Amino acid sequence: MSDSQKPAQHGLAEHTHGSFVPLQIRSDRPRSKSVSDFEAVSPLQDLWRYLQPEQLKGLDADVLGEYESEVSFGAADGVNVSWIESTDPRVGTIGVPEDKVAAAAYTNASKTLLVEIADNAELSEPFVVNITGSGSQASALHVLVIAKKFSNATLVFEHAGHGVLAEIIEIDVQDEAKLNLVSVQNWDKGSAHVSAHFAKLGRNSYLKHSVASFGGDLIRITPVTTFTGPGAEVEMNGVYFADAGQHIENRPFVDHAAPNCKSRVTYKGALQGNKAHTVWIGDVLIRVVAEGTDTYELNRNLLLTDGARADSVPNLEIETGEIEGAGHASASGRFDDEQLFYLQARGISVDEARRLVVLGFLVDILQRTAVDELVERLTKVLEEKLGSK
Amino acid sequence: MATLEVKNLHVSVETDQGTKEILKGVDIVINSGEIHAVMGPNGSGKSTLAYSIAGHPKYTVTKGEILLDGENVLEMSVDERAKAGLFLAMQYPVEIPGVSVSNFLRTAKTAVTGEAPALRTWIKDVREAMGNLKIDSTFSERNVNEGFSGGEKKRHEILQLELLKPRFAILDETDSGLDVDALKIVSEGVNRAHKDNDLGVLMITHYTRILKYIKPDFVHVFVDGKVAEQGGAELADQLEAEGYDRYVKA
Repeated sequence: MSDSQKPAQHGLAEHTHGSFVPLQIRSDRPRSKSVSDFEAVSPLQDLWRYLQPEQLKGLDADVLGEYESEVSFGAADGVNVSWIESTDPRVGTIGVPEDKVAAAAYTNASKTLLVEIADNAELSEPFVVNITGSGSQASALHVLVIAKKFSNATLVFEHAGHGVLAEIIEIDVQDEAKLNLVSVQNWDKGSAHVSAHFAKLGRNSYLKHSVASFGGDLIRITPVTTFTGPGAEVEMNGVYFADAGQHIENRPFVDHAAPNCKSRVTYKGALQGNKAHTVWIGDVLIRVVAEGTDTYELNRNLLLTDGARADSVPNLEIETGEIEGAGHASASGRFDDEQLFYLQARGISVDEARRLVVLGFLVDILQRTAVDELVERLTKVLEEKLGSK
Repeated sequence: MATLEVKNLHVSVETDQGTKEILKGVDIVINSGEIHAVMGPNGSGKSTLAYSIAGHPKYTVTKGEILLDGENVLEMSVDERAKAGLFLAMQYPVEIPGVSVSNFLRTAKTAVTGEAPALRTWIKDVREAMGNLKIDSTFSERNVNEGFSGGEKKRHEILQLELLKPRFAILDETDSGLDVDALKIVSEGVNRAHKDNDLGVLMITHYTRILKYIKPDFVHVFVDGKVAEQGGAELADQLEAEGYDRYVKA
């Protein structure tokens, strides 16, 4: 599990492909804001091939409830948070749903939570939005984040409680803005959460996008980053831990539609228990205009027990050869015997070694959120999961 | 005084071509405070001896015994062996991403002594040991062996040797890949641990170079899974002059 993250030129190193062959190029995927434009969800569709429709607990219905009362937030200088009508012209400019559940969220959320970071604002503390479910009615939530020019902020979306939620988070990172956005999924058992994130990055902007998924029967997140101006950079991180029966699916997509942009995608997960299932589909598209692109995506999974399954498929489409670098790596392995031996040879027991290594494997991704309180709290969640084996 | 006895040890590994016997009856007795050098050509089974004593699951002991003060080491798990006072400085220390050196050292120390070390003295001990081995203090926050150079990895092994204070240390080609300066630093560390803790040392090496800095009391020449010849430090000088040719041809 030596984890050298040096970008490798595509085709030269750390290059593995799954058996899956894309039916269409990524940018050709149908999009619509209306749920009625999508066929019923079926495992025969490529987008839903890794799960059964009943796992969605009704999120694929045409009509969903709304989630306004489950959302709470504080106040901070430089941040404007308010509910706006979803008919507001700003809504829907960053992303258009590419699947039925995201379209259901779009269609059914009559209001949108606007989180606006003012021009030049420098937030000293992370701004937290709590989304705490309180029932099993399938519901919709639409969020629009606007990080205005030259702003610098950390935003945390904290999902907890018992919820069945279809969500869209649009993220507008304007020219020269810096945004560190974290979405935590730590739902109670019985919850289902399907979330489509759409980020648009302006000139010389920077987005760090992290998802941490630990609790919930089904968690499916599809973050899309589109570069619209040159010189921008995105770091997309994911950390997840699936227990018996949990399905955690991440489908990050980086659309290099502007020149000289950089993307780094790093997702790491651990699995334990029967029918613990994780799916990672990492897509990167480098368009003709995107000369000077530098991209690398990586997914690693650590299987701690038999009966768990990790699917991992990196896809890279390159339409120009004039790039800095493009690479991807995917590896799913068992807890490494040599690591175990090294730790045991220093007197550390098997259980303690396992704890050290799993935390070691995952905590570095947590740490990338740079939110200390979160790192501490989620490390405890991981420790509880390890202890529950 | 403690004694580590290896008696008629036979060890095999599973390979693609089936089971292969690597150690074919090894006898070595080490007492506290003694330094033994095990020398031999590549493939003679030196590292297998090291890993077998430490308990690596890849190696199967088919015959013979390993005793530590009369206790059967072969019945102990890997971590029990470490707790009993055995230490293996590895030839290729493994990277453990995400586990910081300071966390690892404290966890290991707590495991081998059975209680967490008193924080203040521990921090002082670690700092002093790192200083002696010319390890930069920033290493504490780096992940175990991750991105370490060859020399840094070996110094980190000896740092553990000095802090964990085992009764017996097996050094598996600790000298390989070190330049002269690093070799001196590492050797001084071994000599300190030897002197301070009455450590018994089993030093596995391909070359005689390290023996200039760590003086062996006994030298064992390993050929084809067995001790072919034993003697004092003078045997090493002879090997330096003549090489292993006469053993290999014989």
